[in-house]
Amino acid sequence: MFPELNNLLNTTPDRAEQGKLTLLCDANTDGSFLVHHFLSFYLKANCKVCFVALIQSFSHYNIVGQKLGVSLTVARECGQLVFLEGLKSSVDVFFRAQAEPHPLQFLREANAENLQPLYEFVREALKPVDDGEAAWRCPVLLVDDLSVLLSLGMGAVAVLDFIHYCRATVCWERKGNIVALVHDSGDTEDEENNILLNGLSHQSHLILRAEGLATGFCRDVHGQLRILWRTPSQPTTQRDRSLTYQYKIQDKSVSFFAKGMSPAVL
Amino acid sequence: MAAVATCGTGAGSTGSMVAAGGKNNVTSFQRRGPRASGSDSSYSRLVSIAGTRPSVRNGQLLVSTGLPALDQLLGRFRTEIWDKYNIYSSLLFKYFLAEGIINGHTLLVASAKEDPADILQELPAPLLDDNVKKDFDEDACNHKTAESNIKMKIAWRYQLLPKMEAGPVSSSRFGHYYDTSKKMPQELIEASKWHGFFSPEKSSSTLNIEPCSLTHGYIKLLQFIQNIIYEEGFDGSNPQKKQKNILRIGIQNLGSPLWGDDICCTENGNSHSLTKFLYVLRGLLRTSLSACMITMPTHLIQNKAIISRVTNLSDTVVGLESFIGSERETNPLYKDYHGLIHIRQIPRLNNLIYDVSDVKDLAFKLKKKLFTIEVRENFYILVHGKVTVTVFLLEALGKNSFPCLFQILEATCIPCNVRLNPSYTAISGSLCYLSLSLL
Repeated sequence: MFPELNNLLNTTPDRAEQGKLTLLCDANTDGSFLVHHFLSFYLKANCKVCFVALIQSFSHYNIVGQKLGVSLTVARECGQLVFLEGLKSSVDVFFRAQAEPHPLQFLREANAENLQPLYEFVREALKPVDDGEAAWRCPVLLVDDLSVLLSLGMGAVAVLDFIHYCRATVCWERKGNIVALVHDSGDTEDEENNILLNGLSHQSHLILRAEGLATGFCRDVHGQLRILWRTPSQPTTQRDRSLTYQYKIQDKSVSFFAKGMSPAVL
Repeated sequence: MAAVATCGTGAGSTGSMVAAGGKNNVTSFQRRGPRASGSDSSYSRLVSIAGTRPSVRNGQLLVSTGLPALDQLLGRFRTEIWDKYNIYSSLLFKYFLAEGIINGHTLLVASAKEDPADILQELPAPLLDDNVKKDFDEDACNHKTAESNIKMKIAWRYQLLPKMEAGPVSSSRFGHYYDTSKKMPQELIEASKWHGFFSPEKSSSTLNIEPCSLTHGYIKLLQFIQNIIYEEGFDGSNPQKKQKNILRIGIQNLGSPLWGDDICCTENGNSHSLTKFLYVLRGLLRTSLSACMITMPTHLIQNKAIISRVTNLSDTVVGLESFIGSERETNPLYKDYHGLIHIRQIPRLNNLIYDVSDVKDLAFKLKKKLFTIEVRENFYILVHGKVTVTVFLLEALGKNSFPCLFQILEATCIPCNVRLNPSYTAISGSLCYLSLSLL
């Protein structure tokens, strides 16, 4: 996790909030550093994490996680982390008929209606342990990323339904959190993606939006992060609080600064 | 052209090239040479496969695209090349395959238009080491007497053939140069191991996958690739194989109607077939020792949303914008060049950050023998907003105005990010405009 981002969000692993949906979004840039942040944050916060990793392999997250101070291998072995490696599983699912329903079995189907197998997988992974002692603090579902599901043939409504079911179980029933990344396709007329993004934006408590700079590529400022705090359950006339920072990604951390205050410029 | 120092041709390291001296022309482009690689000895504990090099940043194995200038702009895994008219992308495609043959990698060539055997016959020939130097020096007007050294020619032949003897092969070169006016020698092609997938031939065999939204051609190709990976042990399934090798997969014109896909014909066609194919392919690549280059005719794809989805599913995306048929063909600024290169995506694998080249303004040209990529040196930049007064200052200051501008900005405390914009109109070399975005 990035300590500077924790400061901006005013949170620490000890005081992580519960029952929240956080939406990560990137436009014209790569927002995956936010996924790495939340993954290491919740592992350090001693939460049970179910990570649906659709776009990169386990070793990728593990290597970056080690730079950020968590070992995914150890977390997986001791049961804190349940990792669904989408790329590896997709090869298994696609080429061999599976005996049991597989979370990604919509890959084999021509017209998959919904993501129920995937939801069942998440529900099973984050099931509370029955032996009385609470081993982990709260369940967390992390998805990287939801836009891939659209590329794989699911409609935006199916993905929204999936998140809705997960919220009901993870956020409301089990007082856990959900963090999901969606790409913002900008002006490329991706209707389904826009529906997904807008639908999730209205349900989220916290939106972190990483944007590329409007002026183009810059070596010292990699992008701009907009943070928006919302209260979706209470319609309120009070404006949601929002902050904007610029950031530069380094080898093991990300530094944030106010707009125009990059150390390279000052 | 700028004078160029000779590049080192020792095994394992390619020297960087230095462009020196000013010039009076309107546009001055610098040649970007291959970056000097570190010594190989520190990486000897990693698997040594011919034609690969460990990345300094994340320990990943890198393979060359066959174009050293492009290598230093990109990474590994899967590269997609987008091109109108398909002329230059097929050239880069051939470079990629030729590099595989030179390094002894196994090739898998898939095409719906040309027979893979024909594609292999058209590969460019590798350049002799002393001829490489000669070509670069010719441009520098630095005439070097070409010594016909017979001993060196024989040594070259041994150097470039795949090494058969036991022992580490990490001393082989990373990245070679090719002569597009000559074809790859037949004996090198025959010595190489390759598999071809020609879509029209495979369409009649039976499927054992339930009908999903993939087109027939894509399903057959995926099965073919998976078979090769499994049978030849690229996924580590056959541990008794004597020497690890890389599988180079080249897929030509993916998305064209010849693959059975209709995204080029209609806007609301089967929009998931291509992206699903790419996802499963990505899964295959991630679980095996392979690298894949795909060329796509993106200008034909009617549904623009697919292009952004395809970008998200790829590791590296390079767009080639050729000047043929466009108004830039007659633009005097571009008279020496055949097109622009747009690096749209760079992989960020096993890392928070990526190796990104400093410059984004790249142009390419196909000379008699070589495909070169060059960087814009002179820039012109638009002025937005209220900083118009600075424009006049710059006109007076002339060419060396850049450092002065920053001092001006410091003095006036204007925070900004400076972007280097490509020139689109002919300008005189002594003027310099700046683009500021006031934040």
